[in-house]
Amino acid sequence: MNLSPARFVEFVMGDAQADRCVPPTGFTASLTLFSAAAMAFLAVFALALSMATGRLADRWGSELARSSTIRISAPEGQLAAQTNAALRILETTSGVAASRALSRDEQRALLEPWFGPDLPLESLPIPQLIEVIEAEDGFDPDGLRLRLAAEVPGAVLDDHTRWRRPLVSAASGLRALGVLSVLIIAGATGAMITLAANAALAANAQVISVMRLVGARDRYIAQAFVRRFTLRTLTGAALGVVLGSVAILLLPAAQDEGGFLTGLGFQGLQWLWLLLIPPLAAAVAFAATQAAAVRTLKDMP
Amino acid sequence: MIELENVAYSYGGGELLSDVSLQLQAGSFHFLTGPSGAGKTTLLKLCYGALVPTAGHVTLFGADRREMDRDDIAMARRRIGVVHQDCQFLDHLSVHDNIALPLTVSGRDLLAEQANLKELMTWVGLKERTGALPPELSGGERQRAALARAIIMSPDAILADEPTGNVDWDMSQRLLRLLVELNRMGKTIVVATHDLALIRAAKSHVQTRVLRISNRRLQFAGADL
Repeated sequence: MNLSPARFVEFVMGDAQADRCVPPTGFTASLTLFSAAAMAFLAVFALALSMATGRLADRWGSELARSSTIRISAPEGQLAAQTNAALRILETTSGVAASRALSRDEQRALLEPWFGPDLPLESLPIPQLIEVIEAEDGFDPDGLRLRLAAEVPGAVLDDHTRWRRPLVSAASGLRALGVLSVLIIAGATGAMITLAANAALAANAQVISVMRLVGARDRYIAQAFVRRFTLRTLTGAALGVVLGSVAILLLPAAQDEGGFLTGLGFQGLQWLWLLLIPPLAAAVAFAATQAAAVRTLKDMP
Repeated sequence: MIELENVAYSYGGGELLSDVSLQLQAGSFHFLTGPSGAGKTTLLKLCYGALVPTAGHVTLFGADRREMDRDDIAMARRRIGVVHQDCQFLDHLSVHDNIALPLTVSGRDLLAEQANLKELMTWVGLKERTGALPPELSGGERQRAALARAIIMSPDAILADEPTGNVDWDMSQRLLRLLVELNRMGKTIVVATHDLALIRAAKSHVQTRVLRISNRRLQFAGADL
């Protein structure tokens, strides 16, 4: 069926008389409605996962890409001197936008999740951390490591590459998994609608025979089925999206402690993506029912 | 209009019809007779394009059946009204909607056709039964509803398969009068029946041609009826 704009309007408006020719079949109607709702519900979560991991990947990528850390482990008496030496080196290093030594309070805050708020930092041999912010063009980490090794023997440069890449890669993988899940859900929806449409067509073989007897074209007969299944799927998917959205809203709010799991959901305009699910499900149903109807009608004598 | 030329039809390894030639001229009235299983229904199905001959040619309104696609067949069906023995209604639709079905599927405006529909329902004596469902109708009412559906599009030909098979004598006479009246309007009529009394009754009203299927072949009959 070539769905030009005019035919699309005609299709949506429908033909009440034509629709009545095909009797309502309770089983396939319920199956289609339920399948579409369930699949749309799952699609909401797959999209939410994709969005959340996408945000995580972006955040990790952008936040960590331009920051590095220098860790200075030295005897108590040399720590301040080595820290100052490292800061001087950083001031003269091309590609470093800013650098600063973390205060005792900041370092305590970093350790607080593991050791609690009353950690006696002064009595522990905790290395000094220096935060390094890269300039737009970045610095040469190998060159910096060589200079630090020569002048600040207790300094270790961590440019986060080692653990940032796998994290970003994992987050990107999860995002792709979310998209893949949506595609699989669309495929499964198509398969289920095809089964339901085939069942409805087979159950209505006599109706089809009568309609042909009185001069109905196969396109007309197919459209009666296609329209019915498309609208049912649209309704079911809309219901599933509403339920899925409510479920997402009921999830715990995003918290730093919870990582991305509590941030599963949509932010701002991302909610608009959900509006695409019902029409896409309807499009899948349209294509699936159309293919099933054409195939079945062709095979019918 | 409808022409069969040396047509044969086989099914399941057996030949049901052999070397059948027939021309249905506009305004003619044919009876098709023969014992049960002789091939009357098969011949009618060949005449309205439901079957494709295994040999020979069937021509519907100038087009070879083998060259016709589904749309062509649908268009031809709008010019041929068919009355089945078992009527073949959509049981979930009212009598009115079943009779209007050919108009519906051909995209005609039902509101504009209401007057014609009402007149037709009155003509076949179903004015009071418009809202009934097909299973609620008697045998005679079903046949008249099927006839009404067959002629609602004002077809060129009406093919009726045992239209009086399930009705009493009075009702069969009433149906016959309707068919004769249609023939007088210029419609081509073909009635498959094994009811020889019906054929004899028709002969007193209209000029008919009687065909008999015997041993898979079509023969003309007349004098012995």
